[in-house]
Amino acid sequence: MQLTVSAQRGAVVVAPAGRIDHASAEAFATALQPHLDRCRAGAEALIVDMSGVDYISSVGLRALMVAAKQAEAQAGRIAIAALSPMVREVFEISRFDMVFRIYRSLDDALASEGAGG
Amino acid sequence: MKVRFWGTRGSIPVSLTAPQIRRKLIAALSGSVGRSLDTSEAIERYVDEELGFDVRGTFGGHSSCVELDTGGAEHVVFDMGSGARPLGQSFLQRYGAGAPQTYHVFMSHVHWDHIMGFPFFAPVYIPGNRIVIHGCHAVLEEAFRRQQAAPSFPVDFSQLAATIEFDRLEPGKPHAIAGLAITPKLQRHEGDSYGYRVQAQGKSLVYTTDSEHKVGDVDERAAFIEFFRDADVVIFDAMYALADAISVKADWGHSSNIVGVELCQAARVRCLCMYHHEPAYDDQRIAQVLQETRRFEEITRDGHRLEVISAYDGLELDL
Repeated sequence: MQLTVSAQRGAVVVAPAGRIDHASAEAFATALQPHLDRCRAGAEALIVDMSGVDYISSVGLRALMVAAKQAEAQAGRIAIAALSPMVREVFEISRFDMVFRIYRSLDDALASEGAGG
Repeated sequence: MKVRFWGTRGSIPVSLTAPQIRRKLIAALSGSVGRSLDTSEAIERYVDEELGFDVRGTFGGHSSCVELDTGGAEHVVFDMGSGARPLGQSFLQRYGAGAPQTYHVFMSHVHWDHIMGFPFFAPVYIPGNRIVIHGCHAVLEEAFRRQQAAPSFPVDFSQLAATIEFDRLEPGKPHAIAGLAITPKLQRHEGDSYGYRVQAQGKSLVYTTDSEHKVGDVDERAAFIEFFRDADVVIFDAMYALADAISVKADWGHSSNIVGVELCQAARVRCLCMYHHEPAYDDQRIAQVLQETRRFEEITRDGHRLEVISAYDGLELDL
């Protein structure tokens, strides 16, 4: 699991790649943490670009749930973008589609959550 | 060996309502438009082959009670929820009131929905019957006696005619009972609950209800994978969606379909049987959860195909 970070159109975009499973979820959460700590009221939105993720297990979903709760507690904005068809199904079956604002593409997410959104 | 499900609902018994039955009738009749259903055979074929189980049947509403029919002389039951009432009637029909029987009841825990059927389990009123209630809780006997004490019930436990024994089991250790090797395992639930792994006749069954799995607890996950390892059937508490199980319903003591599939896949289980259904779910919703869970198994399959089914009152499985 790799995680790349970039600043785009007034938002922080974190892009994990590969599998977020029992072997990698902890590393994913650790890598996400500093960006999550800065996800506060008045700060830029944090967008998790999931286009490179081809599998996510319950423990990966839990890491995202923890992130959502922390962002909410800090009055920060977090969103998810560009789920692959299979990962989108997992979000729907687990009802995680009810937990997050989910955008079809990174462009859509930036348009809504970025500086111009 | 056969597994018979007499109660599969979680937390509290429920019953079909008039509006729910009306919806089923409307769905069935809507589907029949344009079909030639002018013989009883055609009608039966339509019902049996064209309608979904959620329309033609029901998952039922009795609380937890499962029978394991080993073919032996002594009977094996898991939990005494409200499903114990029809089970008791079935035993009477099978063996009559005049032939004393021995019943071994294995208790996951003593919350109300798991003991409430005991005062309605007819064999307890018949002299000569022997009922052994096995479990790991120190309060096992107290819980059974207390629910029948005045003013909660008209027949005190002391008035029951059968010989009733309580047997405290040690978790983590196999016990030889009724021709089975049966091992209890401590589970995460308020007041503790225990799952049971049964080995007999070359087959293995795991009964694991009212068990919460903390996603991310590596040691707990490994222990359950070992407990489920290569089982033919795992009867699993899949009461909630994962998002609910790890947020608003965390610490409520139940698990999810997603975690059930993941554990059973890792343990190379043959069949996951979802159990302890959410009482707020109607048949359509339970059927939807089953369909989604089968899809989840399919898209996450890693070489090993896991069969996924949903328990219902009246289901019989051949082990």
